[in-house]
Amino acid sequence: MFLINCPFCGEREQSEFKAGGEAHIERPKQPTELSDDEWAEFLFMRKNIKGVQFERWNHAHGCRKWFNIVRDTSDDQIKAVYKMGEKPPVK
Amino acid sequence: MKNNYSIFSLIKNAFSYHENWEKAWKDPEPKKEYEAIIVGGGGHGLATAYYLAKKHNMKNIAVVEKGWIGGGNTGRNTTIIRSNYLWDASAGLYDHALKIWESLSQELNYNVMFSQRGVMNLAHNLQDVRDLKRRTHANRLNGIDAVYLNTEEVKKFCPIINTSQDIRYPVLGGTLQRRAGTARHDAVAWGYARGADEMGVDIIQNCEVKGIKRNGDTVEGIETTKGFIKAKKIGVVAAGHSSVIANMVGLKLPLESKPLQALVSEPVKPIIDTVVMSNAVHAYVSQSDKGELVIGAGTDDYISYSQKGSHDIVEGTLNAILELYPIFSRMRMLRQWGGIVDICPDASPIISKTSIKGLYFNCGWGTGGFKATPGSGDLFAHTIANDEPHKLNAAFNLNRFVSGDLVDEHGAAAVAH
Repeated sequence: MFLINCPFCGEREQSEFKAGGEAHIERPKQPTELSDDEWAEFLFMRKNIKGVQFERWNHAHGCRKWFNIVRDTSDDQIKAVYKMGEKPPVK
Repeated sequence: MKNNYSIFSLIKNAFSYHENWEKAWKDPEPKKEYEAIIVGGGGHGLATAYYLAKKHNMKNIAVVEKGWIGGGNTGRNTTIIRSNYLWDASAGLYDHALKIWESLSQELNYNVMFSQRGVMNLAHNLQDVRDLKRRTHANRLNGIDAVYLNTEEVKKFCPIINTSQDIRYPVLGGTLQRRAGTARHDAVAWGYARGADEMGVDIIQNCEVKGIKRNGDTVEGIETTKGFIKAKKIGVVAAGHSSVIANMVGLKLPLESKPLQALVSEPVKPIIDTVVMSNAVHAYVSQSDKGELVIGAGTDDYISYSQKGSHDIVEGTLNAILELYPIFSRMRMLRQWGGIVDICPDASPIISKTSIKGLYFNCGWGTGGFKATPGSGDLFAHTIANDEPHKLNAAFNLNRFVSGDLVDEHGAAAVAH
């Protein structure tokens, strides 16, 4: 359990949020061109990093907006929060 | 050859104040090379090594474990064993394990305290009722014992359940698998370790894998904190840390690692003689032989390797427990902990070869791996020894995420994630 600094509402308890998993997985631009392997990669394969990870969160019980955070998954420390569409911070 | 444990050995050792028991397993330094290395000294890993030695005649095997054996999820689960899964592939897999459980203590000469006290799954709404009835039929078609109970029968089987129809999630019925139950989780790891050690398996603790060396598409060995160890076959059974190992060779797995929590109460006299699970309100409870209530909570929403979960998850579970069992309202909780579980998108495990020759993965057991320990070890050993899956784990390959032939047990298996 930790606090998340929602870029729209400020600091709230993590239980108000819904985790959206790994960030920056781009939806295929040409879905019809994709092979089964590429679909598997897009849909299922995840880095599942132990350490600093970029991920998406949704303030489900608040403003309901999506945004990104950078979090160390080994100790749940949040390093940065940034809005959708913004460039991820370089660590 | 180890001396058998028996009433006579117990009496004999009592005379020397139990100070001269033979060590159950050695603590060797790693050799330079092994035929096969198992990464991960939990129940599944130790069972894999045991069956490799026993059934596939491999003698030069090592199990490397970064901590101590059974110190990960093997020692952190709620010890529930059942096989009432919906799909044919899962039923085959989990019932294979359940059959081994039934004679495991005798086979290992180690009391794993397997207790077939039954597992009951509750239905709280009409869709639950339909789903559980469907699963009961599916189980019986697969030769797995299952019965559907109405509310009165649920109450009769477990009298402390609140079956009032006025509660928020009333009990409308449930299923019962009588062959299901619990076992002592530490004993499973120790029993397999002792058995494997006896057949010459090296169990190397405090030895963390730092890298996997490969030559082109073939594995050559592992880099560890105790140096390089050569091996042609490497079986990875690292649970929540499977992705960490996979990333070392540039493989991506369809896994997300999340904290799963459990807690136990102070010990009390026997009050619940079965295991009761509820998917809808997410609470399951049984009582250990020490008298503690063993309560399983849910997983957190987010990826984390921190081995601690959120407080609100525990709070939600205890709310549900209190509504179902008002008698527990004054119980105090003694301990709470978290384990890191590796969850697959279809909530089914992976016991599979990989694109790298000699590298095998047994992972993705998510929240329910303990029950499968003997079967998982047996089938993974078969897969490693023959470089081909057994027919019981053929469906649980990595390629299913490409072909789309998933074994979708999310919610279908009375399993609460």
